Amino acid sequence: MLRFLFHRLIVLIPTFIGITLISFFVMHLAPGEPMGVSADFNPKMTPEMRERLKAQYGLDKPLHIQYLRWFKGLMKLDLGRSFSADRRPVWDKIKERLPVTLLINVLSLLLIIAVAVPIGVTSAVRQGGPFDQISTVIVFLFYAAPAFWVALLLMLLFGVHLGWLPISGLHSLMGYDQMGLFEKIGDWAKHLLLPVIVSALGGLAGLSRYTRSSMLEVLRQDYITTARAKGLPERTVIYRHALRNALLPLITILGLSIPGLIGGSVIFESLFAIPGVGQLMWSSVMARDYPVLMGNLVIVSILTLLGNLLADIGYALADPRIRTGRGE
Amino acid sequence: MYSLSKSLFLALFLIFLHGTGSAAQAQDYGDMIVVGSIGDASVLIPMLASDATSHQIAGLIFNGLVKYDKDLNLVGDLAESWEVSGNGKIITFHLRKGVTWEDGRPFTSEDVLFGFNLITDPKTPTAYAGDFLEVEHAEAPDPYTFKVIYKEPFAPALSSWGNLVVLPKHLLQGKDITKAPFGRKPVGLGPFRLKRWVTQDRIELVANPGYFEGRPYLDGYVMRIIPDPATMFLELKSGGLDWMGLSPIQYDRQTNTPFFKTNFNKYNYLSFSYTYLGYNLRMPLFKDKRIRQAISYAIDKKEIIRGVLLGYGVPATGPYKPDAWFYNPNVKRYPYDPQKARELLAEAGWADRDGDGWLENDKGRRFTFTVITNQGNGLRDRTAQIIQYRLKQVGIEMKIRTLEWTAFINDFIDKRRFEAVILGWTLGQDPDIYDIWHSSKTGEKELNFIGYKNKEIDELLVKGRRTFDREERRKIYWKVQEILAEDQPYTFLYVPMSLPVIHKRFRGIKPAPAGISYNFIRWWVPKNEQKYMMP
Repeated sequence: MLRFLFHRLIVLIPTFIGITLISFFVMHLAPGEPMGVSADFNPKMTPEMRERLKAQYGLDKPLHIQYLRWFKGLMKLDLGRSFSADRRPVWDKIKERLPVTLLINVLSLLLIIAVAVPIGVTSAVRQGGPFDQISTVIVFLFYAAPAFWVALLLMLLFGVHLGWLPISGLHSLMGYDQMGLFEKIGDWAKHLLLPVIVSALGGLAGLSRYTRSSMLEVLRQDYITTARAKGLPERTVIYRHALRNALLPLITILGLSIPGLIGGSVIFESLFAIPGVGQLMWSSVMARDYPVLMGNLVIVSILTLLGNLLADIGYALADPRIRTGRGE
Repeated sequence: MYSLSKSLFLALFLIFLHGTGSAAQAQDYGDMIVVGSIGDASVLIPMLASDATSHQIAGLIFNGLVKYDKDLNLVGDLAESWEVSGNGKIITFHLRKGVTWEDGRPFTSEDVLFGFNLITDPKTPTAYAGDFLEVEHAEAPDPYTFKVIYKEPFAPALSSWGNLVVLPKHLLQGKDITKAPFGRKPVGLGPFRLKRWVTQDRIELVANPGYFEGRPYLDGYVMRIIPDPATMFLELKSGGLDWMGLSPIQYDRQTNTPFFKTNFNKYNYLSFSYTYLGYNLRMPLFKDKRIRQAISYAIDKKEIIRGVLLGYGVPATGPYKPDAWFYNPNVKRYPYDPQKARELLAEAGWADRDGDGWLENDKGRRFTFTVITNQGNGLRDRTAQIIQYRLKQVGIEMKIRTLEWTAFINDFIDKRRFEAVILGWTLGQDPDIYDIWHSSKTGEKELNFIGYKNKEIDELLVKGRRTFDREERRKIYWKVQEILAEDQPYTFLYVPMSLPVIHKRFRGIKPAPAGISYNFIRWWVPKNEQKYMMP
């Protein structure tokens, strides 16, 4: 097991460097430069100033030197400073947005699992029945409906017409500071309800279909027949014997969704006015803010690689054939 | 519609949001206003910021030496008075006494000198040093006198002494302002103070009780950052916002409900910007003045305003908005006249020779060109489509291409790889437009990107910069407008309106040429209508 882990970790390092290298160069291929936003079409901007700014950002050096310099910083865990007007350290900018994005994504992932797995299991057990058909149609409808449209409709209904829920933001504007802990939690819950539901809706289809097909496959196995033949109650057969095995592939899916947890979505965050990572990334792309982009990329790629690794480990733990390398 | 349109910086408008109101009636103190904004501020040091939101907030925290009043006259702000001497080369400001920074330290001319030295320091990454590089020498002979000597008389100089250069020396001296926390926790002397700034969520300001013009009536100002315009509108409808800029369709069609009529007031006034169709004058096609004039005749500006702005705008006749003091109402106009357009085109050698509906020249080449514009601005897109339709009727084929902003600027405008362009300029309060029209400004990244060259214009623009007398300047810029109207290097299309909506409980809002926010500190809410209690 240790050797297995060690091997996997070693492979991660060159992969990681490769990712940063490629993204760094691709990023610089995009037209435009970081000064664009403040300098384009600004009559007060002189050419000398432009050159000086370039030098301040280190953009006057050849690309490979820029990369090496950035990489050196990374080795010291320094992601550099943003190129935007505030010049804040990249880590500060990402750090202040991570918790909110993580919270929403974790909640929505939990919601997806809580809803999609039972749907998948039930539709597999009653394959072809009315529940299977109706649930399939519904989850695909959610999947196909543009999220921003669903979000706006829900906002209009619950926020404007019924007035039950707030439209946007994370908590109330006034009186929040005076609330007790439970009131605060309640206030957050109200604000997060719609964003979490909307971001979960689109994810239901994938996971419920995975669960369904994996469950169907398991139900055809001999040991299920054996279990039934032993006279076990159907519930025990399904939830003890079948479900456990059917959930194995889900480990991979969950592992792969780890980087998505911090990825954030520009669309949701913009719609619900949530100050998350997605918006930061989007604006950095638009402003060609290379340090922030690279910083986020480092975090996402590390998480992706770790997610993969975790999925492998999870698999190995769950399935001895993988762990020992002695499969059929 | 603060930053909705990616309009360009001609001169960052430093309209200071506070003005001198009369305090005759009994106004109540209290309540706060919640404002919606699409983008977050970046940094609250005016000389470092280049986005509208940052300047909007910093404008409430910092004051300048001078400001524009409601009729766009330059008046004193932190400077009580000033004198121009030495043939316009020397400006002496006499500063107000008794003004203090938020931390209680007095404001003096040293603060202004510090800010000036900072903005002209090559190490400071500011986009606004240009005007200050015209200064030969600046000094602070005593705490309440600030003196600048220019290399040559420079008329726009006075207005440059706004809030860009007033910073607390005692807090910033010897520090690297780009890295100092000051940019996120500014200490100012304006009508409001920063209370809290939650990145990409909201910015909260509270009234400055010791403000030198008197405490604002409102206790607080909250800017909520809501990137999506549709959400912002829903938030307004649900009562979460007090003030936002509307799009023409929201203003015209979606805010006539009883709810809006009982709760909100709508305002409209000409915005400080205009939209134009610009021709790359290096192209042989557009070298002939008659062709540019013909296109102007072929376009129905009123139709564009009806179709795109739903009527909330006026036709542009030149590079200024019609209510400016230097606007010339008597220039040559180009009313919609397709017949005249055809005649001018025929004179220039373009006619439909093979009867296919398109114009050809004597070599059989069809009259066709591509107009480019930036993505994400629906107004410009639709404008292009209407123009396309009208030009087709006189036999000109116009193709439309929309491009992502950065690529648009870097690969097309900067490299001069375009035939025609639809863009807008933001207007300043000063008539100086040297950077856009002078023939020396056609270099890379410079603003005369269409390559307009006219000796007479060059001379007038230089003269306009060297003249202080308002009447003299008016004459100079009237002439500039006449020449531009005749030459049509752009087809000036329209000046759109700003369409803000504000909750009814706010009193004291008086629209003026400067807009509505010039007397913001004198807005108030009667006690019985106040909505928010500041703790």
